[in-house]
Amino acid sequence: MKYLDEYRDARIARALAAEIRRRSTRRWVLMEICGGQTHTLMRYGIDELLADSVDLVHGPGCPVCVTPLETIDRAIALARRPDVTLVSYGDMLRVPGSDTDLFHVKAEGGDVRIVYSPTDAVQLARSQPDRKVVFFAIGFETTAPAHAMAVLQAERLGLKNFSLLVSHVLVPPAIRTLLSHPKNRVQGFIAPGHVCTVVGCREYEDLVREFRVPIVVGGFEPVDLLEAIRMLVIQLEEGRAELENQYVRSVQYEGNRPAQEAVARVFEIADRKWRGIGPIPESGLFLKEKYATFDADRVFDLVDICAQEPAECVSAEVLLGHKKPTDCTAFGTRCTPDKPLGAPMVSSEGACAAYYQYRRHLVTL
Amino acid sequence: MCLAIPGKVASIEEKDGVHTGRIQFGGIVRQACLDFVPEVKVGDYVMVHVGFAISVVDKDEAERTYALLESMGVLAEELAPDGAAPAES
Amino acid sequence: MLPITNTDATSLHSEPVTNDEPKDLAAFSCPVPFPARERILLGHGSGGKLSVDLLQDVFLPALGNPVLDRLEDQAVVSLSGIRLAITTDSFVVKPLFFRGGDIGSLAVHGTINDLAMGGAVPLWLSVAFILEEGLPIETLQRVVASMQQAAANAGVQIITGDTKVVEKGSADGLFINTTGIGRVRDGVSFSASQAVPGDVLLVSGYLGDHGIAILAEREGLQFDTQVNSDSAPLHTLVARILETTHEVRCLRDPTRGGLSSTLNEIAASSQVGMELDETSIPVREEVRGACEMLGLDPLYVANEGKLVAVVAPSVAQDALRALQSHPLGKDAAIIGRVTQEHPRMVVMRTPFGTTRIVDMLAGDQLPRIC
Repeated sequence: MKYLDEYRDARIARALAAEIRRRSTRRWVLMEICGGQTHTLMRYGIDELLADSVDLVHGPGCPVCVTPLETIDRAIALARRPDVTLVSYGDMLRVPGSDTDLFHVKAEGGDVRIVYSPTDAVQLARSQPDRKVVFFAIGFETTAPAHAMAVLQAERLGLKNFSLLVSHVLVPPAIRTLLSHPKNRVQGFIAPGHVCTVVGCREYEDLVREFRVPIVVGGFEPVDLLEAIRMLVIQLEEGRAELENQYVRSVQYEGNRPAQEAVARVFEIADRKWRGIGPIPESGLFLKEKYATFDADRVFDLVDICAQEPAECVSAEVLLGHKKPTDCTAFGTRCTPDKPLGAPMVSSEGACAAYYQYRRHLVTL
Repeated sequence: MCLAIPGKVASIEEKDGVHTGRIQFGGIVRQACLDFVPEVKVGDYVMVHVGFAISVVDKDEAERTYALLESMGVLAEELAPDGAAPAES
Repeated sequence: MLPITNTDATSLHSEPVTNDEPKDLAAFSCPVPFPARERILLGHGSGGKLSVDLLQDVFLPALGNPVLDRLEDQAVVSLSGIRLAITTDSFVVKPLFFRGGDIGSLAVHGTINDLAMGGAVPLWLSVAFILEEGLPIETLQRVVASMQQAAANAGVQIITGDTKVVEKGSADGLFINTTGIGRVRDGVSFSASQAVPGDVLLVSGYLGDHGIAILAEREGLQFDTQVNSDSAPLHTLVARILETTHEVRCLRDPTRGGLSSTLNEIAASSQVGMELDETSIPVREEVRGACEMLGLDPLYVANEGKLVAVVAPSVAQDALRALQSHPLGKDAAIIGRVTQEHPRMVVMRTPFGTTRIVDMLAGDQLPRIC
């Protein structure tokens, strides 16, 4: 597959890894934010390839993991209603709410369906006018344009039975929170290439200036990530802090204007709570008042759910990169994908799950 | 939520007032919305995320940067033809 | 830039926050894990960890006996010195008709394969139908004709059957349950518990065809070159191997849960580790593309006309040639070996030379978006 296979070339990967090893005089601490990038790093064992030169830590790049407990509970409450069809991406179904998850609700008879695209949810609403279709709209900035279009399309079609349950988070505020923290160890960032494809690079340049930390916008294939890491290591070795773009085939500085416009039409920014981290200011997207009829939070009378989160795992520290999943005493023993204690172990994109799935043979459990 | 994969635009049409394309991914064809890439032409490659094209692949930039990577790969192999890591400098 | 507004007084929006004080990380907390599942989930049928849990928690405690406890795909019992293999299976595939087959031919092939994996010559099948009220009789006729064709081609007889009808909505049109009986060949004794370090792992051809063919039908995916289900009876392929060698530890057909579940089961049963070579594992271009797009891993996708063989190292090349000489095994390949390291774990060497685990899935593979 063109523009995919060649970025998995083993010979180039080895050459990049050798170059990184050659150039690094110390072990730099680098973080990637996006779960898709974490997945690639783990799957190809890139941390193994670079063990001596780079300490790779993983950021809160899994929107599934950081969706607040109350939101999951709301989704569950909606799915339990006999007149509602809850439509979701696959990842969300296993994430635990306060006392159950969507998979169990489906087993109990709730109408829960998986789709690959929000357009499918709109079509479902169109074909079943007697059902109230709620689309569980979670994601980062990459997915917001698609969700915006779903609302605009529903509006154009005059649908009265379609709404979104929104849980959108923005990346730069999370990076800001991370970098402001006294315990922060991260010295360089790989910015999420598909988020930047949509929003562009300007916000990341602001972060570089504010915190004097190098950021490279990276793609998702192993060669992309190795190249981005190489660029970061060179900056760090040379004492520079700049924004660079590795993912030039998809990312332009200005991003995607039509996509940004669609988002701006439909969504607005406000403070948002991140599961495992807490509230981060101006870090969430919410539907504008104008689209209240498509906002499940406003359309449905949801009893205020008071979510209880007992303390046990170190999700927060993992999500902020202070700890590795393997630093957690429960990792792989009391906390596994079957019996997760925290969100990063539940989602297939979560750092803990990625570690558990791909790398645990390197750790004595 | 960032899984986007590259595909080739095989055809473009208007459907329900939406710019839609038939996109080829390897041996598969699937529809995607092209509203975010109005400048796209048949034969271009696009990055598709949850059924929406979010960028047109910049062929020239891709070629340019890939050529550099390739030469790095070739050079490394010449220095260490059996695939062993080159000696640390 | 996106417009910014102030927070609203709803419970999702937090009180305005400053970044002045570092957050007390110890105060943040995590979700409680869920207790034992009280209800059956779709994942319990996936062939992954949940299925195993169901066996360990429900079936074995109630029904366990020396034959059942072996948990092979077929039970081998002796009657007057003759070894019989007996297997049972249910077929609930949706849609009923797909490229490369239908629920009927799938039922015949699947049952034959369970017997064949035990080294048995398949002889007789029983078939029981559960029909949904309202199913067109023409559909039933098509399925039954297909079963007869498949059985005749494979040289087995369908000798007894049953039919039940349930109310509309209680079945997806049509479910089929089968029982298969075969005669175990002399001198043959396969078991998932027999793999030892040094053994070689082979697959008989391209992986993931069936699962992707079904998914494509359901999701309306179009292919340039259509992917067909690989549903096929494997007993003659097994016979071909056995003509060459009997040093076969184990045969398995990687159905639900794919190659990964099968290998993990064998590794667990034999208490050994396994090492795979990613570049050796045969997957069609179209299947790879579909998996990329949907965020699926071909190692977990179902197959209905393939087998995995664990053989002694001395006969590996002969076994490979035997497979390749048969139409159903022409794309066979050696994909790895059994090792004493990391027992019960299947590890794969990536094209980069690094390693990763090929884990057993908990339930169904969820398509990735991220």
